[in-house]
Amino acid sequence: MKNNLMALLSGIIFGIGLSLSQMINPNKVQDFLDITGHFDPSLIFVMIGALSVALVSFKWIRKLSMPLFGGDFQLAKKTIIDKSLIIGGIIFGVGWGMSGYCPGPVVAGLGLFSLESVVMVISICVGFFAYNALFERHK
Amino acid sequence: MENFTPFSALAGGVLIGISVTVLLLFNGRIAGVSGILNGLFFASKPDKLWRLLFLVGLVLGALVFQLGVPDFNSPRQHYPLPLLIIGGFLVGFGARMANGCISGHGVCGLANLSLRSLVATCAFMVSGMLTVYIVRHVLELTA
Repeated sequence: MKNNLMALLSGIIFGIGLSLSQMINPNKVQDFLDITGHFDPSLIFVMIGALSVALVSFKWIRKLSMPLFGGDFQLAKKTIIDKSLIIGGIIFGVGWGMSGYCPGPVVAGLGLFSLESVVMVISICVGFFAYNALFERHK
Repeated sequence: MENFTPFSALAGGVLIGISVTVLLLFNGRIAGVSGILNGLFFASKPDKLWRLLFLVGLVLGALVFQLGVPDFNSPRQHYPLPLLIIGGFLVGFGARMANGCISGHGVCGLANLSLRSLVATCAFMVSGMLTVYIVRHVLELTA
């Protein structure tokens, strides 16, 4: 119960952050990536802001033996740089540049009643299913 | 550069940093949106509710902000539908393949000093820039 409320709270803060920073605005995202045209470097400040908090907090959290509400820390265990990481990252970037959306802003965009968000959520989920069907085995 | 908004971007980024901190500190989870969304379909049953609530929170946060400051983010109009459909598919497919998206690799992974996340972040920044160059300036698909 406590965990679920924290997940909700974390999501709400994230959604407000995406809105205030305008990551939720696909034109802004594409302007950020458009270094030879309408370049708008604002979004690098989103990353600076987020990392200045998270670098410090994660360092501190890593010293804890368990999360405050119990259970264990579920961090990525993989450390090798493999082909799927690089190719996956490139494919992701192509989709991000084409649409101006990554997954966080797509979901948050549903709160703006954006029709684009609905299209994007569906096609992202189709992408998940396609990848999982091709490369992952599920029970 | 008429739309340069470094201060609101920085403040929004700080909120995102707080959000990922809350999820990791209390629940031990990484706030990677693609992983959370994917898990809605593929994670085990007891693991689904918190994911759904995080995503509902994302929508609520954006909704509350929009109601408070209505003209800050107006939805884009008349964008070519094929770019959204194909782009979305590639975002979903690529995020699974790379095991994370911008929130998972670009924020949480970098904060966790992961080399994998640094490589993934560089890969999607470079390919994103090239793609926007091609879409906007070579093929001129958008206005």
